[in-house]
Amino acid sequence: MADDAKPRVKVPKSAAAGEIVTIKSLISHKMESGQRKDAKGELIPRSIINRFTCDFNGVNAIDIAIDPAVSTNPYFEFDVKVDAAGEFKFTWYDDDGSVYEESKTIEIA
Amino acid sequence: MREHMIKTLVASAAFGLALTGMAYAEPVDDKLVIEGEEGTLELVTSTKAPDHLQEVMDTIYSGWHYREDDTRAMQKDDFDNPAMVFVDRGRDLWNKAIGKNSESCAGCHNGPESMKGLRAVTPRVDAKTGKLMTIENYVDACVTERMGLEAWGWTGDKMKDTLALISMQSRGEVVNVAIDGPAAPFWEKGKEIYYTRFGQLEMSCASCHEENQGLFIRSDHLSQGQINGFPTYRLKDAGILSAQQRFVGCVRDTRAETFKPNSDEFKALELYVASRGNGLSVEGVSVRH
Repeated sequence: MADDAKPRVKVPKSAAAGEIVTIKSLISHKMESGQRKDAKGELIPRSIINRFTCDFNGVNAIDIAIDPAVSTNPYFEFDVKVDAAGEFKFTWYDDDGSVYEESKTIEIA
Repeated sequence: MREHMIKTLVASAAFGLALTGMAYAEPVDDKLVIEGEEGTLELVTSTKAPDHLQEVMDTIYSGWHYREDDTRAMQKDDFDNPAMVFVDRGRDLWNKAIGKNSESCAGCHNGPESMKGLRAVTPRVDAKTGKLMTIENYVDACVTERMGLEAWGWTGDKMKDTLALISMQSRGEVVNVAIDGPAAPFWEKGKEIYYTRFGQLEMSCASCHEENQGLFIRSDHLSQGQINGFPTYRLKDAGILSAQQRFVGCVRDTRAETFKPNSDEFKALELYVASRGNGLSVEGVSVRH
């Protein structure tokens, strides 16, 4: 597990029923592409976050496949329509098998 | 006749080039209101120039006013500000028992909030030793003397993460470095360096940031060279940049051998340049390109 991987998300605390809310997500990660060479000329092995998902109340809202061209600390911003109060669950999948999770609740105002 | 016409054409073409070469743009009229975890915070990004600058400029502007819309917007929301990743890393490091005898920053200083205000008044002269101290100098003293560790690289990750964390504690406070009393000789030295032309291009700090601020150097909008926003997240480097690292870049661009970070010269210059921004807000960690 990369020690520097730290997930962060920003979700509004509340929304009106049926409102489209903007969600921002960021995970600190070096995103080593596997293309670079070290000082000795040897390939630095690839180590990236390869998938990011967001579920709302158990229903998938977004599922992203990430490839090596995505730069360090990947940031995703997307919109989700919120019909009811509930919980957003965010999951990042690391090449090394680690899974990082974060969740946030939203209320209906 | 024909020759005369060609000359005229060449002359007017040259005149046209000169005009486009002198593109000037006012600092962007915008307000820096930051949306953070604890609500919003408005920063002072332009104000009346401090007394010692009255002869050369009326208003001082944070470098934030000279950057593009997208870059300015990133700094308006802490979530979008990439520098916050480094502040968080600094916080983890702060709490970690890294010393030889498991000392941590938090062990002596409690939370990083205890550093509130420091960024606004440094570099400053230490009353006991009479030395000019930057935040890096204080961190270095703790790391080597109290924690018994090898010194951190001056511009290494640990130093800059800690710098970012400490600087954030003073966000919104007004820069107010002392330039008189024991600081006066350092300040004078910094001022001399600011106006000295260095390198094969024979340019001083003032050549760009005082005489030509607002003009474009290639596609780059020349700011006043204020350092109230430092340390800054530089998009070009995808990392944190300290003020003295920026100085290295500037002096190098004049094609000179540069002073080193933590040299007496750059410390004096940091004090002088900081004093040119007395009155602006500390931006904590800013975003620049």
